[in-house]
Amino acid sequence: MNQYYHSLKIDQERCNGRMKCMRVCPTQAIRVRDGKALFIEERCIDCGECITVCPHNAIIPLTDPFGELTKFRHTVALPSPGLHAQFGKEILPNKILTGLKNLGFDDAYDLSLTCGEVSFAIQEYLSEYNGPRPLISIACPTVVRLIQVKYPSLIEQLIPIDTPREVAARELKKKKSKHLGLKETEIGIFYLTPCPAKMISIKQPAEKGRSYLDGAISIADIYGPLLAALEEVEKKSSRKDLEDICILGMGWAMSGGICRTLRLKNSLAVSGINDIIKVFNDIERGKLRNIDFIEAYSCSQGCVGGSLTVENVYISYNKILKLIETLEFEQIKACPDVREVRKRYKQKYFFIDGKFEPRPLKPLDKDLAKAIKKRREKEEIYASLPKIDCGVCGAPTCMTFAEDVVMGEAEVTDCIFQLPSKVAELSLELSKLLDSTASLTPVRSDSGEAKKPKD
Amino acid sequence: MIMSDEHALSQHFEIRGGDFSNAGKVSTTIKEILQEIGIDPAIIIRTSIAVYEAEMNVVMYARKGMLTLNITPEEIHLKLDDQGPGIKNIDLAMQEGFSTATHEMREMGFGAGLGLPNIKKNADRFLIASIPGKGTLVELTFFLNRDGKE
Repeated sequence: MNQYYHSLKIDQERCNGRMKCMRVCPTQAIRVRDGKALFIEERCIDCGECITVCPHNAIIPLTDPFGELTKFRHTVALPSPGLHAQFGKEILPNKILTGLKNLGFDDAYDLSLTCGEVSFAIQEYLSEYNGPRPLISIACPTVVRLIQVKYPSLIEQLIPIDTPREVAARELKKKKSKHLGLKETEIGIFYLTPCPAKMISIKQPAEKGRSYLDGAISIADIYGPLLAALEEVEKKSSRKDLEDICILGMGWAMSGGICRTLRLKNSLAVSGINDIIKVFNDIERGKLRNIDFIEAYSCSQGCVGGSLTVENVYISYNKILKLIETLEFEQIKACPDVREVRKRYKQKYFFIDGKFEPRPLKPLDKDLAKAIKKRREKEEIYASLPKIDCGVCGAPTCMTFAEDVVMGEAEVTDCIFQLPSKVAELSLELSKLLDSTASLTPVRSDSGEAKKPKD
Repeated sequence: MIMSDEHALSQHFEIRGGDFSNAGKVSTTIKEILQEIGIDPAIIIRTSIAVYEAEMNVVMYARKGMLTLNITPEEIHLKLDDQGPGIKNIDLAMQEGFSTATHEMREMGFGAGLGLPNIKKNADRFLIASIPGKGTLVELTFFLNRDGKE
């Protein structure tokens, strides 16, 4: 089933079925069959938890290789603010941009100013909005998927303001094609990503619109070459590049960064997929109606904690804070023009192209009566299981195993605890069979009575 | 416990009074059951909100409660039987904004006096009976095959 694009692949050769991915998956999308992990595509939300936890690096993020650049006549690097979190104040953003150009990109553009603009656009949207609260940021593609799959009732609360990476890519394509006399398709814009999830938002945008980005290159992949390229960049690389860095936008790299720029009374920053699930459960029960805005990142501490970053998440969190401090000290005060943002907001400049649709998981059966019956069977099977979630059957929990059995994807006897009882059952049947055959032995036709065995 | 009728699902859930750390788990479990069997999302939302409010009422006011969920292809039926102080004046309790919540409960964001009215608003059929000093019985029905309410 290739209905859904995913940014992860399991290398069957490297996988040796250690089940760590299966246990960590927040949507129970992984099973281990015949000693190898496999995905249930419909359930996966591309959070990347499995990548981090795999001891054999068998889960491969499908970001673009550097070679993709050759497919375009002009290439632009669009680093996530998460890239700056790898370097902090030691290597300022202007140097990083120059380094990227030395690496082979024709141009490099810093996203922080667009991040600041999008923050203001979100503020506009919040001030006009009258529907159910809280509104939820769409910056993290995994969070959007989580809502589509598990919380379809919250779809209306997703903010339809596009992400800075898309807004910037769209603008760059337009400007560059005019300026360079190239077709938009000849210009390749590459996002330097801290996580594989951005890849799905490029290949298969959740709102079914189009992405203006042409690919995503992993920060982990580019880190080494960039470090080497930075050595050649002179210390005094142009301060002009630094003038456009917006410290408000730089905060988008970490959890709480958007909330801080919005200056809202009631906003909440949540990070880590399991904490998000708790908060979304609360929203669904109508508990958080007094909160206006929720910024949620699947990775712990936000994009700085992405599975494709290099630096320890706490270090990089700190590095971003220090970088912002340093830029403030250096009097770098680029700030989006609020009036300009408002004008463009009215022209629908910031809005996403499509609309988010729910993507609920398939029910146990299309027919309600049959589904109810299957749910009951699942409950009965679950009652017979040990409930210790050992995972030996290849499913993460006894409950998911029971579901797999009901759906015909596993056999009850796959449960190691069912095996002895199955053996006992079989031996009982066998002995009964032996008994019955014994009682059937020689029947004399004249007496009409079965002869009882003597012993 | 599972009923014998093959196209009905019946499950019991115990709710303990004062157990705020587990409050909400029953309504989440019920929501997941409804999602699994493919109930219309709009009905799931109404059911989840009503069950959550009912569950919180037990947690906040009662000693314990037993919630029975019954699902047939025609309807979702919920019965919540609690042992607790009961409700002296049901008409008053049904008014929006009326609450007997303590100051501490309000501090935690509960007790806005919207619980019972909210349950009634979300359910297709709502029944309530109470014996002061003994407990309260709430029954909720959500129809699965009709568009409008009863």
